[in-house]
Amino acid sequence: MANSLESEHPIKAYGYASRDTSGVLSPLTFSRRATGEKDVRFKVLYCGVCHSDLHFVKNEWGMTTYPLIPGHEIVGVVTEVGSKVDNFKVGDNVGVGCLVGSCKSCQSCTNDLENYCPKQILTYGSPYYDGTFTYGGYSDHMVADEHFILRWPKNLPLDSGSPLLCAGITTYSPLRHFGLDKPGLKVGVVGLGGLGHVAVKFAKAFGAEVTVFSTTPAKKQEALDGLKADHFIVSKDPEQMQSAAGSLDGIIDTVSATHPIAPLLSVLKPDGKLVLVGAPEKPLEIAAFSLIMGRKIVTGSAIGGLKETQEMLDFAAEHGITADIELIQIDYVNTAMERVLKSDVRYRFVIDVANSLKAP
Amino acid sequence: MAKSLESEHPIKAYGYAAHDTTGTFSPVTFSRRVTGEKDVRFKVLYCGVCHSDLHYAKNEWGVTTYPVIPGHEIVGVVTEVGSKVEKFKVGDKVGVGCLVGSCRSCESCSSDCEQFCPTQTLTYGVPNFDGTQAYGGYSDHMISDEHFVLRWPENLPLDSGAPLLCAGITTYSPLRYFGLDKPGMKVGVVGLGGLGHVAVKMAKAFGADVTVFSTTAAKKQEAIEGLKADHFINSRDEEEMKAAASTLDGIIDTVSGNHPIVPLLGALKPNGKLVLLGAPEKPVELAAFALILGRKIVAGSAIGGLKETQEMLDFSAKHGITADIELIPIDYVNTAMDRLLKSDVRYRFVIDVANSLKAE
Repeated sequence: MANSLESEHPIKAYGYASRDTSGVLSPLTFSRRATGEKDVRFKVLYCGVCHSDLHFVKNEWGMTTYPLIPGHEIVGVVTEVGSKVDNFKVGDNVGVGCLVGSCKSCQSCTNDLENYCPKQILTYGSPYYDGTFTYGGYSDHMVADEHFILRWPKNLPLDSGSPLLCAGITTYSPLRHFGLDKPGLKVGVVGLGGLGHVAVKFAKAFGAEVTVFSTTPAKKQEALDGLKADHFIVSKDPEQMQSAAGSLDGIIDTVSATHPIAPLLSVLKPDGKLVLVGAPEKPLEIAAFSLIMGRKIVTGSAIGGLKETQEMLDFAAEHGITADIELIQIDYVNTAMERVLKSDVRYRFVIDVANSLKAP
Repeated sequence: MAKSLESEHPIKAYGYAAHDTTGTFSPVTFSRRVTGEKDVRFKVLYCGVCHSDLHYAKNEWGVTTYPVIPGHEIVGVVTEVGSKVEKFKVGDKVGVGCLVGSCRSCESCSSDCEQFCPTQTLTYGVPNFDGTQAYGGYSDHMISDEHFVLRWPENLPLDSGAPLLCAGITTYSPLRYFGLDKPGMKVGVVGLGGLGHVAVKMAKAFGADVTVFSTTAAKKQEAIEGLKADHFINSRDEEEMKAAASTLDGIIDTVSGNHPIVPLLGALKPNGKLVLLGAPEKPVELAAFALILGRKIVAGSAIGGLKETQEMLDFSAKHGITADIELIPIDYVNTAMDRLLKSDVRYRFVIDVANSLKAE
């Protein structure tokens, strides 16, 4: 298997991969395609560790082909561009998020919503146009079609900005799409983790009055003092929940653990929206009446298109929004995954790839 | 009990009431208030039989106070108006739907969404604003505050138009609110009953391409030829459902029996909306991914505000939209309820109150 991966493509590459459902990552030598005329090739500097990486390395969603090299919050510096590349040159700082391909012709693609293209190609674990599998940012370098490369804003830090490429767009997009980006709106954020803490920052930047919902009372201080949320509610406390009844225009629910959503629906005003960005394993149960009374909405959102991702990065740079990160060496990644599982991180691990990933 | 009903208010009234959870109706003498300065008093001509009437009669929602006189699709002719009534005069044809009161000052009331007012007064079954019970249209006459009385459009039939006061607004409102009222939109309607058949007519009038989903294959002809739906899908047929995947902008789900909604979500395009109007007893189940992948919406809707209800009546008059009804004398109501339970009606019973309800 290692041999065929190395000879799959002409350019040698190396990274960390998981090989089975244990999810344990270890060094892997593989290969990447030559720089095509529309490709941008870049050295990876940093890569955020997203909880999705953990789901994929353990094949929890049943979609994984091993070996899997995760990583879709990738920031780097351009080393080569194809002959037809217009927007990037060697030496530019760039990012790649969750997508590296799409059909480019369907209604979603033509509306800058590549994330809803039925033929989208994920940055890792997906078959590419040439039939080979994609490998993500836990690796020395990446190559991607120009369309899927983000220009890195000048004053946005490379390390603490990298999680924006998934966590950022995943929370920015629904705040905008569902009209929760107007000053003075009352917005809830459920869960204070990688997604949640970025959601609070964006909502505040939009001028919202933000309420954080958490099952962990200890997170109150970080929510209010650290992240400048306006209110903090322990979601398992019926009295606190009752006091918030019918008060919110919208809620961004980042929690991927199974949890009841009926109490969250009761906190919404009429016409309020509950947006799920975490994906609990068990199906949700919703009493129809809780939607019918008050014309409430439950919906979901997944990342965003490339145009909006660029817009989000520029917005983040303008408003000084970055993730709160713990920078790690790549050989720490298995420990990091275990800590992610226990939510033991404030709030995103970022791998210092360039300084810790050594050629074999 | 009967004595206090009769003496509760100064003006004698008579109707049909259910007295216990058997839901069996029998004649009752009761009373109504005098005509206040903002009240409109009218003789009831017709009253539609809504499935909610049946739920209330049997106390299936646990909110019924007996005796209950249902009926919230009420059409009649004005017999008296209060001194400060401006919009109506004796002899006018009027309607009353599901609401007879609201606080008139909250955010919802001020934005013409009385249906979201937390202190709304329903037309029957629950206490009125003066603490006495409200009694509905299975009765000889009604009295209501002017604000909650609808002007009956001239060329809208009184009998077949009556069901619009609940079924009509309940389907019209979400088609408009969720933007499914643009010509060429692909709209699904689930269930072909009182709500469903009106939803098809409204959607067609908006210029939509309409697909009816039903578990009863035999309804195909009525759907296509009778109601002019464009397509008919047997929702239990996996292949037909698969063929409809990702084709619809929205779906109006009128079914109150328990049924799976995940296949309906599959029929939606990205950003599509599934609007629940019927309230199944069991919670609906859905995997968060079914919403996240495609940013799909599940929402609910209930009736509409008074302004929109008037707009709906005028729209129906303009487009020749009425319900398909079976006109019945009031003493047939118990049989009608039995048949309603078996969906044995095309598609709404309407009680010919004036011609069949006799004073005791």
